[in-house]
Formats: sequence, C-alpha cells, structure tokens
Amino acid sequence: MDPAKLEFIRGTLDVLILKSLVWGPLHGYGITNFIRRQSDDAFLVEEGTLYPALWRLESKGLLAAEWGVSENNRKAKFYRLTSEGKRRLRQEVKTWEAYAVAVAKVLATTRLPEPEGA
Amino acid sequence: MTTTPFWRRYARFFGPDPAADVKEELGFHLEAKTEDLIREGLTPEAARKEAERQFGDLRAVQKIGQRIGQNTERRKRLSDYMHDLLHDARYTFRTLGRDPGFAAVSLLILALAIGANVAVFSVVNTLLLRPLPFSHAEELVWIAPPPSECGWSCATYSADAYEEFRAQSRVYQDVTGYEAFTTPENFRLTGYGEPVPATGFEVIGNFFQVLGVQPALGRLFTAEEARAGAVVGESSGLAVAVLANAYWRRQFHSDPTIVGKAIELSGTPVTVVGVLPESFDYGAVFSPGAKADLFVPVSLEKERMWGNIVTLVGRMKPGVTVAQALDDANRVAPDMYFNVKYPQSKGRYKGDLVPVPLKDYVTGKLHRSLIALWLAVGTILLIAGVNLSNLLLARSAARAKEFATRGALGASRGRIIRQLLMESLVLSGVGALLGLGLAFAVIRWLAHQGSLALPLLNSLRIDSQAVGWTVLVAILTAMIFGLLPGLRMASGNLQELLKDSGAGAGLGRKHERLRAGLVISEIALACVLLVSAGLLLRSFAKVLEVDLGFEPDHASSMNVEYDDSAPTPEASVLKRAEIFQQVIARISAIPGVQATGISDYLPLGPNRSWDTPVPKGQVFAPGELPEPLVYVVTPGFIRAMGIGLRGRDFTWADGQNSERVIIINASMARRFWPGEDPVNKILMRGDEQDRVIGVVDDVHEESVESTLGAQVYYPCTQQGPSRAQLVVRSSLPPSLLAPTVLRALRELNPSQPASEFRPIRTIVDRAVSPRRFFMLLVAAFAGLGLLLATLGIYGVISYSVTRQRPEIGVRMALGATAGRVQRQVLANTLRLALSGIALGTLIALIVARAIASLLFATSPWDFPSYLGMALALVLVAVVSGYIPARRASSINPMEALRNN
Repeated sequence: MDPAKLEFIRGTLDVLILKSLVWGPLHGYGITNFIRRQSDDAFLVEEGTLYPALWRLESKGLLAAEWGVSENNRKAKFYRLTSEGKRRLRQEVKTWEAYAVAVAKVLATTRLPEPEGA
Repeated sequence: MTTTPFWRRYARFFGPDPAADVKEELGFHLEAKTEDLIREGLTPEAARKEAERQFGDLRAVQKIGQRIGQNTERRKRLSDYMHDLLHDARYTFRTLGRDPGFAAVSLLILALAIGANVAVFSVVNTLLLRPLPFSHAEELVWIAPPPSECGWSCATYSADAYEEFRAQSRVYQDVTGYEAFTTPENFRLTGYGEPVPATGFEVIGNFFQVLGVQPALGRLFTAEEARAGAVVGESSGLAVAVLANAYWRRQFHSDPTIVGKAIELSGTPVTVVGVLPESFDYGAVFSPGAKADLFVPVSLEKERMWGNIVTLVGRMKPGVTVAQALDDANRVAPDMYFNVKYPQSKGRYKGDLVPVPLKDYVTGKLHRSLIALWLAVGTILLIAGVNLSNLLLARSAARAKEFATRGALGASRGRIIRQLLMESLVLSGVGALLGLGLAFAVIRWLAHQGSLALPLLNSLRIDSQAVGWTVLVAILTAMIFGLLPGLRMASGNLQELLKDSGAGAGLGRKHERLRAGLVISEIALACVLLVSAGLLLRSFAKVLEVDLGFEPDHASSMNVEYDDSAPTPEASVLKRAEIFQQVIARISAIPGVQATGISDYLPLGPNRSWDTPVPKGQVFAPGELPEPLVYVVTPGFIRAMGIGLRGRDFTWADGQNSERVIIINASMARRFWPGEDPVNKILMRGDEQDRVIGVVDDVHEESVESTLGAQVYYPCTQQGPSRAQLVVRSSLPPSLLAPTVLRALRELNPSQPASEFRPIRTIVDRAVSPRRFFMLLVAAFAGLGLLLATLGIYGVISYSVTRQRPEIGVRMALGATAGRVQRQVLANTLRLALSGIALGTLIALIVARAIASLLFATSPWDFPSYLGMALALVLVAVVSGYIPARRASSINPMEALRNN
C-alpha cells in the first residue's frame, strides 16, 4: 500500500491541524511539513484540502491568523490556536482515542464470543 | 516570527482585503515548496513546475478562500458592531440613570410630542389615508348634484329617477341609496319596559349588498322585501328590519336568538332578519355624530309620490374611473324623469348627477383641516427636537471632558457620535413608548366621542401603521436632536478641552451661540403655532357670534308621537290640529315655560323643500327661482325658537277653510319684493295662492357657517307635517323640565316614548363641533409649543448665567448693582425672544395665508392674533428669564472670584 495515498478519515485533518499548532504559530506550509514528518510520510496533505480547512477553522474562531515573517524572511500568514481551538483539540483527541481503542478492540477479536446471557 | 517588521504597520492600511490575503498566502506556499525542491536538487524551473503540479487547481482553492474570507470579514464586522452597540446602550442607561432630572424632562417632552404625533397620525390615517371600511371601497361613489341652497331636497332623487338611473347606467355593478329625511328617534320600540325611541334608517333593499356588508347574524333583505318595503304602520306581513350591532348589544343584550323574532316598532310587528357586523357603523360614514339603531327597507312604491327622497350610492364596475362614471351619468340624465307620470319632468336632472368617490364625500371637507393639524403636530415634534437638542448640548458641554478623555484614549470621532446618537435613540425610543401609550389613551377616548360630528371616528385605533409611524417618528426625532450635539462634540479640540478647567473657554461661547440659535428657531416655530391657534380661536369665536336667526339658549326640543290616522285627509288634519293644540296647552301650563310650539324640522338638522312659490304677477326664468326650505309649524313655534317676526304669527283659526297663509324669511322677501313690505303680498304655487302674513329672520339651517337661502313656514293646519318636534322655551334647566314634559305628553298619549329632551344649544354645539375640535387641538399644540419654548429660553439663559458667574462677580465687585445685573440678564432674554418673534412673525404671515380657507370671518393678518402671540411670548420670556436673573444678582462677588 502506497503510504502517500492514505486517505484521511473525515474530520481527521482538522484535529491534525489543531495539534500541529500546539507548540506555537505556523504557516500553512509549515503545517504540511509537520503532518508529513510526524506521520513518517504516511500523510501527504494536499494543498487543495489544507487551505480551505485552515480558513474554515479560522472563520469558526478555532484559529487566529496574523501576518508575520517566515524563517527565510518572507511575508507569510501564521496561524495559532485560540483558546476555543485548544479546548476543541482536547475534546477531539479524547474522542479520537476512544474511537481508536474501540476500533482496535473489535479488529483484535480472534474468536466468536459466547452469546450474551448464555 | 520575531519582531514586528516595519511594513506590518501599513499592511491593509486601506482596510481588509480577503482576496489579496489568499493570493499572498498561497504564493508564499508555492515559493517555500519551490525552495525546498531546489534544495533537493531540482533546477529552479523544474522545481517551480513540480510545486505547481503538486498544488493542483490553484484557482479553485483561491476562490474558496475568497469566499470564506469575505464571510468571515462580514461576520466579524457585524459582531464588532453589535458588541459596540450593546456597550453603548449599557453605557447610555448608566449615564441617564445618573441624571434622572434630565432623563425625566426629556422623556416628558418626547412622550408629549410623539404621543401627539401618533394620535394625529391615527386620525389622519383613518380619515384621509385609509380606504373606507368597505371591501373595494375605491369602487364606491356618491352621486349628488353640485351643492345648492335648497338643502337635502336638492341633493336627492325621486324613486323614478333612481330606477331609471339604475337601469340605464352601464358603469355600475349596482346602485343603491337611502331615504335622506330620517330624523333621530323616528321609531318607538314597545314591549321592552316603557316605550323607548329608536332611530331607524330606511335604505334601498340592496344597500348592504352594494356596500359589501355581510350580516353578523341572520341575513340581509331579500329582493321581495326590498320591493315591498317595511311599511311600518301598515301590516303588510313583510315588515322586516336588520339591527345595528351596537343597538343589538345594548337593547337586546346580544340575544343570539333575535333573528326571526318580531319586535314592535311604532305599533307594528317587525321581524328581525339580521344583525349587522360591529365593523359597520352607518352614522360614522353617512351621518357623522348621529347613531343608527336599525334599518328597514324603503318602499319605493310609497315614496314615488314624495319627489326627491333618496340619495344615490353606486358601486362601479372594476376598472371604471370616476370620469367615465360622470360621462355615463351625463348620457343617462337627459332621459330621466322626476316622475314618469309627468312627461314634462323628463330631463330635470340634467347636469345634476355628479359621481364623486364616496371617500371624498365623507371626509373631503376635512381634508384641509387635517393637513393643517398634521403640520401643526409636526411643528411640535420639531420644537421638541430642537428643545432636546438644546438640552443635550447643555449636557454635552458638561460632559465635554468625558468625551475629550475618551477621544484621547483612542475613541474615534465616529464612535463618539455613535455613542451620542445611541443616547438620543434610547431617549426617543423610551419616549416613543410612553407617547404610544398616551396616543392609545387619546385615541380610545376620541373613538367614543359620539357627540363629535366627525366621520369614521368609530374606526379610530392605534394599528400597525400607527406603530410603524411611531418608530419612524422616534428615529427621525433622535436624528434631529442627536446629530447636532454629536457633531458639535466630536469636532471639538480635544487638547483645549482637556486643558481648560472652567466653562468659560471658547467652546462654551461657541456652544452658547449655537444654543441661542436653536432657541430662536424654537420660539419662531412656537410663534407660528400660536398665530395659527389664535386665528382659529378668533374664527371659532366669530362662528359662535354668528346670529343664528334663533335663540338657542333656554330652549329644548323633544320628538312627539301622535296618531292622526283618519278616514279622510281633512279629518286627519283636524285630528292632528286638535292633538297639537292639546299638547301645546298642556306644556304651556307647566310653571316656568315661557313659550312652546311644534315644527316638523329643526334648524341645523335634516331639511327638505318642495315647490317653488312665485310672487303673483312676476315672471322668472326657469332655474332662477329659489327653492325654499319648508317648515310646517304650529302657532307659537316661531316665538318658542326665538326667531324674530314682523307681521303676525299663525293662529289656530288659520284652518282648511280659511285663506292659505305663509310666513317667509327676510332673504326671500328681499329677493321677491326688494324695498317693499312683503306682508299681505301673494305667492303662487301653481294654481294655489298663499298670503304672506309675516317675515322672519333668516335662520341658519344647513350649517352655522353657510350662506342663507330662502325659507318658508306653513301652518300645520293647512299643510301636512312629517313629524312633530316640540320646542319648549323656559329658563328652567332642561334636566329639571324633562320629566314634567314627558309626563304631560304621556298623559295625552300613553305610547309616547321616552325621547331625549335635547337643549337646542347641543344641536348648535354639534354643528360647530368639528371646528371646535380642530381649534382645541391646535390651541393645545400651541400651548405645548409655548411651554417647550419657555423651557428652551430658561435653559439657555440659566446656562449662560452659570457660565458667566466669574464675570458677573467681577462686575459686581466693581460696583454693578444687583438691579443692573438683573436687567442685563433680562435684556439678553428679551433679545432672544424678540429675534424669535420677528422670525416667527415672518413665517406666520406665510402660514396664515395658507390656512386662510380654514378661517371664518377672520383675516389671515388679524392683528389681535399676532399681538396676542407676541405678548404671550414676551411674557413667558420674562418669566423664564427672571429666575436666572435673580440667581445672577444674588451672586456673591468674593465667592465667584475665589471659585475660579
């Protein structure tokens, strides 16, 4: 399986973006790099999905944007978490973990369970 | 992202630009990617291509970005705005709470001004703007001849003419009408305790169908009933009536089973077939100030011999214009007969069928008065606005520092203006709410003024349109009084204000000039109102001074029932004469009664005419003869009414076998025999001749203000009266006399109903009530304007005294006496007042010309009105200047100087 083709499960990109900003403001390009590197190149975030997602989060008030200067001294738009964004991230992480545990448990089943109440 | 670079200060200097933001953001992404690819070993050109390929559809992403960006921007701006607004509102309530005196005074002013405006708007809306309360009211027309001197008889048509017109006209869905000669209390209802009078109108059978009135209970008249007519007094077996809603509720306690029951009207059983809806008020539309209890179908067959008897109301076909209806009427008129039995009566109505929108007939006469009233109340609003502007200016002067501080802390000019506008809006909003309550009370009261002869009063109410108007007026007022102080404040020099510790700085002086200007304009507006009120008041006084031709005080009238049915007309006349003679003898015997008599019609009510008498031996061209109003009276009536008489009155000896006699009025005598004594002259009516035995004063019959036409009086012993109105002249109060009179009448005729014993004065009062109503309203507005102007003057003078405390202190320390200081302040006040009066007089001269048509026997340049206005204003100026003047003269020089 080609790791670059791993599809995002709906809603996952948002939580990854929020996570990437935990350590401080980043611009869009920085966010793609962060996600790619942290997922060991498993996720390649497409620009066509990333930017609309960023703008949506900004308009929902989960992110705040500001113009700043990049590492290579260029004008770039930096995003940072608002307090609302932080709260959402914590909540999403919890949901995601519970979801992952549940999915993993089901997938780890090795034999047919006894019928309940038997 | 370390330190903020220089360019950041100027980025988006001209406001946000979401499109450019998106472009730049994506541009940076591509560049960063390209650089990384170059670092990985690609050539710059290949790297650029690869970056763009990876990105995909750049344009589509840009578009999404722009859309999201714009939405965000809009939402942000709105939320900022709402946030500020909320903040402003909270701040406003706090500041107003800190100054309850100011808040109370301004709210009072606003409530009065806005309340008056809403109330007047409701009246204007009901009477002028809103269509009549009928479905498709615009299709309804009133068909009548041009106004003439012979009263209702010349405004009505014969039964034959009605039928002809209805059959031949092509522009109407249907034509209807009603019998126009109904007087109040023409029926007697028995079977419900003692006999009570009732007012029933005879309408053509299709009347309610044409107006589009649906019964609340039961049904309307059927075609058969319409043809037969409710021949009350004869048992035709078809006598039917529909009840007015108010009468059904009052007299029959809303009996839901009334339909189908028979009630006894003037001795005849009449079946109630329906009850009209509450929304239909006949009096309000067709006969202002009168009440209608029930309706019966008019018998056209029976009325055919009576000549002109019905008014015409038509419902035009959809899309037909009034001009087309007039063309059609002119086409039909030449073929119409007054009476088909007399071929020579064909074409008598030529030019006499003029349709006008029913609405114009009902309220057209009030048009000018209402517009004038609306303008007057608008002026009040303007004065109130100016006054508040002034109050706010005084307040903002005191708050100058607060705003300067806010400005220094970064509040923009717009923000401060907005804050001030918010304060005005809150004030005018609360004021409008109070005003709406006030208007509600006034309108409720007005809607129940039955004695006020204005049409459509019953449908007066505060509706959604009035509420809409209130909102509009409130916002407008806030703009008037809020914007000026706001602009004024925001344009002030902040530093100067912050440095300045006293109120004596330049801004204060500038302020004062502005406020003086406002007060002058306020006085000028009050001036216009006062002059208008003065002119209307003088007109009203002139109307009351009009020699009515009779003496309305100390006389009262009552409707008398009698039964003169007899086998022959001659016997009927004799029987009637006997009854009348008995009644008069009985009533005259009551102690305190000075004179009494009976007539079939009274002045200032319905009237009629018949025949055109010609002086014997004279020849007149057709149409040149006056058609006199006719009164059939008993001996003594002329004296009881207090009408001046030359010659002799009728006597009971003027009978059927003696010479026919007539009394004419002075106008007619002058017309026929100028310079001669008319007594003993002969008037011809066809072949019959009447001897003139007396001449009476002209009596105002139609209205107090109208010109006078010909009037004739016949004795009830020679002509047939249509009813009997007893007139009793006595200096006893009517309430004391009424039971005695009724008891005397009941002794003669047990079925005499408990009719109203009406002082003649109330008939006159009702006739002048519209003029009194408008005069009182304008006078009230003028009073309010005067009060507001007084407040304005006081405010400005008082403020300037406070501001000049140190200066006055210095002058007093240098030897100015208290009297001198007082005189100085009063002189300032008078200067303001006189400037305002001069300006106001100029405007008033123009306005007076415009309202000249509302005046009666009063010139628009009526000097006493102007003088009265000037005196009133000077007086209030002196009074409102005196209090601050006293304060100024009691300033302690030492204290004033030390405090500075």
